Amino acid sequence: MLHPVVRTILQRLGLGLITLFVVSLILFSSIEFLPGDFGEAVLGQAALPETVAAFRKELGLDLPLHERYFDWLGGMLTGDMGNSFSGRGSSGGTDRSRPVIELLAPRLANTLFLASMAAIISVPLALFLGITAALYRNSIYDRSVNALTLTTISFPEFFVAYLLILILSSFLKLFPSLANISPDAPFWDRAYLTFLPALTLTLVIVAHMMRMTRAAIINLMASPYIEMAELKGASKSEIILRHALPNAWAPIVTVIAFNLAYLVVGVVVVEVVFVYPGVGQLMVDAVTTRDVPVVQGCAMIFAATYILLNLFADIISIITNPRLLHPR
Amino acid sequence: MNNEDDLNPSAKAELADQGFSESDLGNHGYSATAEVTQIRARRSFRENIWRGLRSAPPTALFGLTVISLYVFFALFAPLLAPYGEAEIFDMSYAPWSDEFMFGTDQLGRDILSRMIYGARNTVGIAFVTTMFAFVIGGGLGITAAINNGGWLDNLLSRSVDVLMAIPSLIFALILLSMFGANTINLIMIIAVLDSTRVFRIARAVSLNVVVMDYVEAARLRGEKLAWILTREILPNIMPPLVAEFGLRFCFVFLTIAALSFLGVGIQPPTADWGSMVRETAGLIQFAEYDLTAAMTPMLPAAAIALLTVAVNFVVDWFLHKSSGLKD
Repeated sequence: MLHPVVRTILQRLGLGLITLFVVSLILFSSIEFLPGDFGEAVLGQAALPETVAAFRKELGLDLPLHERYFDWLGGMLTGDMGNSFSGRGSSGGTDRSRPVIELLAPRLANTLFLASMAAIISVPLALFLGITAALYRNSIYDRSVNALTLTTISFPEFFVAYLLILILSSFLKLFPSLANISPDAPFWDRAYLTFLPALTLTLVIVAHMMRMTRAAIINLMASPYIEMAELKGASKSEIILRHALPNAWAPIVTVIAFNLAYLVVGVVVVEVVFVYPGVGQLMVDAVTTRDVPVVQGCAMIFAATYILLNLFADIISIITNPRLLHPR
Repeated sequence: MNNEDDLNPSAKAELADQGFSESDLGNHGYSATAEVTQIRARRSFRENIWRGLRSAPPTALFGLTVISLYVFFALFAPLLAPYGEAEIFDMSYAPWSDEFMFGTDQLGRDILSRMIYGARNTVGIAFVTTMFAFVIGGGLGITAAINNGGWLDNLLSRSVDVLMAIPSLIFALILLSMFGANTINLIMIIAVLDSTRVFRIARAVSLNVVVMDYVEAARLRGEKLAWILTREILPNIMPPLVAEFGLRFCFVFLTIAALSFLGVGIQPPTADWGSMVRETAGLIQFAEYDLTAAMTPMLPAAAIALLTVAVNFVVDWFLHKSSGLKD
């Protein structure tokens, strides 16, 4: 008999794996669903039949479906995501196409750098704003923070981004508007160049986390044990920090993990605005040129990160639930 | 809606049927029928709206005003716009002037006219998409609730779980690369992706209604699924669905704007705010030489932001009102 927590966690892990499997099925079938013959769609109508046949053979399109799927899945798992379509040899001339993994790896590092920078700024900020707003509930401070966050929550990312560029870059000339970082730049240069995109992402996600922190604490304020603490004369900040906060961690951590997962999505638009060499921009370029292997690779990474972070949030909320930890 | 300003006409007719005349009531003093009909007289629809508006917070009033302005511009775009949607003048990137109020874009099209047509295209497409999402998600959600625990419910719920596990912008990008980026595909893809969220909420709220006796009664008298869905359940889950519609609209609107901004959403020459931001974004570098030029890409972006804020304010008020919360 397994401990119920372990069992629930194993269940969630299983569900996550199944989801990833289904996602990979959907991604794989994206080639199948392309209208018309795939070779012709990529090489163009004027392509010779022999070229198309060679192209199909190169992709393995002449093999049966399930065989191709497991080949593809095995490749994905071992880091071999196939070759990009751009510069492909069979479209004439020498083969200049690059493996998807080679395109992806440095960009993934950049995207993770940007996302973690945004997380490092936004999480403490959101916690601070949320706790102080709960502390001074219904004060002018609370109301203005609330109105401000409700406003930024409804702004599109590119609006925030261009607003920041206009003010901080065009006028004040504090930060560069393009974040075209190079891989060999020293850390502080990269951090400096990445600051504006990270700030944009921060503004977009801080609102949600802050509102959740505030709501989680205020929800608890009606509990009898808080009233007890009030009656015995504990100060307001002591009540919130010592009595309310420990019990509010579960929803707060969940929403933080959820927002970090959201960073994965938000990062696409922000990368395009700032011409940041990350996975998001690579994916958008690949979508416009219909470079399917690259789209598949990027999408797989995005989906996996998103699913894993949500799984992580799930597991944390299970572990921190005392009713599950100590069953009767 | 009932329009009962005083004693309503049907009530009067009912009294006449029972042998009363209006003067009878006055002469005999007390009459049980009169008292019952008196209670039925209630505030008119117009009065209710007026009362609601007067108690609305300023943020909600602001939101309502903004939304009506957008609707006005969207409906009368051809009359209000000084030039055509795709009319090209031989001045690209013209500065702000009397002739072109907000200048022209990279092809020499009037920004103001495109902004006004954009209200029609961007908002219209987002609205149609949200409607589709609600028809699909709402219909399936209620059906799943009626079939609670059955194979259909399980099938639908599990597929929705999987669809929701993929970030929707990423999923939309994948599907657009599969089917090609055009407006029809965009509407269908976003509608299907967003209907998963509608499905969840529609299923959750109708689960509470499905167990009611009157639904059971309708089933026992042999009503078809369509009747139970639209006549018994739908009217009773409207308030949460209306609030959700506002939130979903914001989300769809922002997603479409983001996709258009990325160049894979609404395609030119259709005027659309998201793609307008992308097309004129380069002008922002010239802020120190010509402030108005730098503001040009901000206009469509601000138009998107303003509408989303307005809808959020109204939804916030609506939720507050229908939940009766005081905090």
